Amino acid sequence: MTSETAGGDRFGAFGGRYVPETLIPALDELEAAFAAAWADPAFHVELDSALRHYVGRPSPLSDAPRLSALVGAPVWLKREDLNHTGAHKINNAMAQAILAKRMGKQRIIAETGAGQHGVATATVCARLGLSCVVYMGEEDMRRQSLNVFRMKLLGATVVPVTTGTRTLKDATSEAIREWVTTCDHSHYIIGSVVGPAPYPRMVRDFQAVIGREAREQMLERAGRLPKSVVACVGGGSNAMGIFHAFVPDAGVELIGVEAAGHGLDSDQHSASLTKGRPGVLHGALSYLLQDAHGQVHPAHSISAGLDYPGVGPEHAFFKDSGRASYVSVTDDVALAAFSRFSQLEGIIPALETAHAAAWIMANAGRWAADEPVLLCVSGRGDKDVAQVAEMGIFTA
Amino acid sequence: MITQRFDALRAAGRRALVCYATAGHPDRARSIALLQGLADAGADVLEVGVPFSDPVADGPIIQRSSQLALAGGMTLDGALSLIADAKLSIPVVLFSYLNPLMSAGADVLQRARDAGAHGVLVTDLPVGSDAERETWFGTGPLDFVRLVAPTTPASRMAEIARHGKGFVYLISRLGVTGVRDSMPDSLPATVAQLRAVCSLPICVGFGVSTPAHARTVGAVADGVVVGSAIVQAAERSVDDAVDLVRSLRLALDEGPAR
Repeated sequence: MTSETAGGDRFGAFGGRYVPETLIPALDELEAAFAAAWADPAFHVELDSALRHYVGRPSPLSDAPRLSALVGAPVWLKREDLNHTGAHKINNAMAQAILAKRMGKQRIIAETGAGQHGVATATVCARLGLSCVVYMGEEDMRRQSLNVFRMKLLGATVVPVTTGTRTLKDATSEAIREWVTTCDHSHYIIGSVVGPAPYPRMVRDFQAVIGREAREQMLERAGRLPKSVVACVGGGSNAMGIFHAFVPDAGVELIGVEAAGHGLDSDQHSASLTKGRPGVLHGALSYLLQDAHGQVHPAHSISAGLDYPGVGPEHAFFKDSGRASYVSVTDDVALAAFSRFSQLEGIIPALETAHAAAWIMANAGRWAADEPVLLCVSGRGDKDVAQVAEMGIFTA
Repeated sequence: MITQRFDALRAAGRRALVCYATAGHPDRARSIALLQGLADAGADVLEVGVPFSDPVADGPIIQRSSQLALAGGMTLDGALSLIADAKLSIPVVLFSYLNPLMSAGADVLQRARDAGAHGVLVTDLPVGSDAERETWFGTGPLDFVRLVAPTTPASRMAEIARHGKGFVYLISRLGVTGVRDSMPDSLPATVAQLRAVCSLPICVGFGVSTPAHARTVGAVADGVVVGSAIVQAAERSVDDAVDLVRSLRLALDEGPAR
């Protein structure tokens, strides 16, 4: 099953290029450069080498004995938290930075929510000698001050965004404005499978390494494919990255876990697929949290990386086609899983990952004893420790 | 009505003054007074902006006006009722992002026409991006005004011109809306390039802020679009905005003929 329709800029009805006219030639240029790079063995040699020797791929597949005992089925962990910079984000950032260099663009723009994509982008820019400007909401800068410091240490300029919700949504808007102004010499490294075509497909292809490795590792270690693949969904890049290789495997269910914030009926959540309706934000048609007048409704999640009112258009397509299902987990349940998972497996997960882990724990008994569950550990939780400590709910 | 207006201007050897205001900014009553004042001060066409929560094509001034209008409860339907209440005698172009229009349902274009709008401009629906929705706008009761950017290649300019109605909006520079110090030197060449493939009137916007800018642009284009400078003046008072438009009108009419 392939999700692209003819023309390639859509997934079913979703996706497209809903951007100011100024960006159309830049998107055409990017699409052509991406296609040329993807077809060029030299690009893959350079990227594979960077992923292996700098990022640390392939990332391990860990067994999880104590979590498995709790769930009643073997749970396997795809360890994107062990990548350089501590999350899956660098897979895409590295690939796009190499692509930007091929395009002759020396200046990189990025947006960031939790700061993981910003750190990954600042890192690869340092490595490749590119200048880097990261847009970040003021509220997120407060929540993720450690990552702000890391980006600055790596030589990036961090621009605080003070408009709107002061989170990922407005940071993305500001990054797009900056790109409209400088698209003749800057490349915009978008951090998720969102935005105008070709970004959703390109970012998916750059993150698909997660699922390719995990599928092989499952066959080797577990001797079979997983029954379920579970990943958190904000914009949806770690989920699409681990899902992609399993899409043709009809027996493998794909489950995306959204952030239910204070609850799905509270008006304060980030569950675009569960509670939104189709709309256009940041260049793509997808499910979107919005009011009756088509104004975007502010998202909420304890996790800055999931705190986004839209979602990648391919996830919208998977929801409608039924190839993936989407569930959600509240702030409180994710927080409980944050410590539980840490204590069960000795891995402090990112708050984003904690949502996916929480859903698996809450569904203990759902799987037969021989049905493996594959969890994408999208990132490590060091960045969240200060925020959670401040809440005073756990005593160390 | 937009075409008739441009025909009359062309016959008289005059340039069009297109003025933008955000619906509901700074509040509903002053927004109506502003639209009426701009018309009286010599605007030929009014662009009425539907405030949107995430205006990626706009700079700080129009962002600010949009947030203020939304905080005051303005919506797309609110903008239509505001246009109706303003009872304007010049053409009105609804200026919007796609999402509020999509959300408003299939009959929104007719409702806009009934309210007194004559054209519609959608900032994030470029030519070739969505056949179904472009057909919706292109075959409806409003003139579908399309945008050309300085990055648009000549071949694409021709395609855009073919799909537009009323006039073509030429973006003067890379970037978002806002007040600028000068007009780009490349503008006459860009206008000439567009004119070679476009029979519609060409209006230039983005950064046109002062009477001097209006004169410069009027020397090469059929009209100027002034937005952020008017909104910024309206932050101070309706009178300030009206005074600015009066001075723009004078400059445009005194400016060098083509």
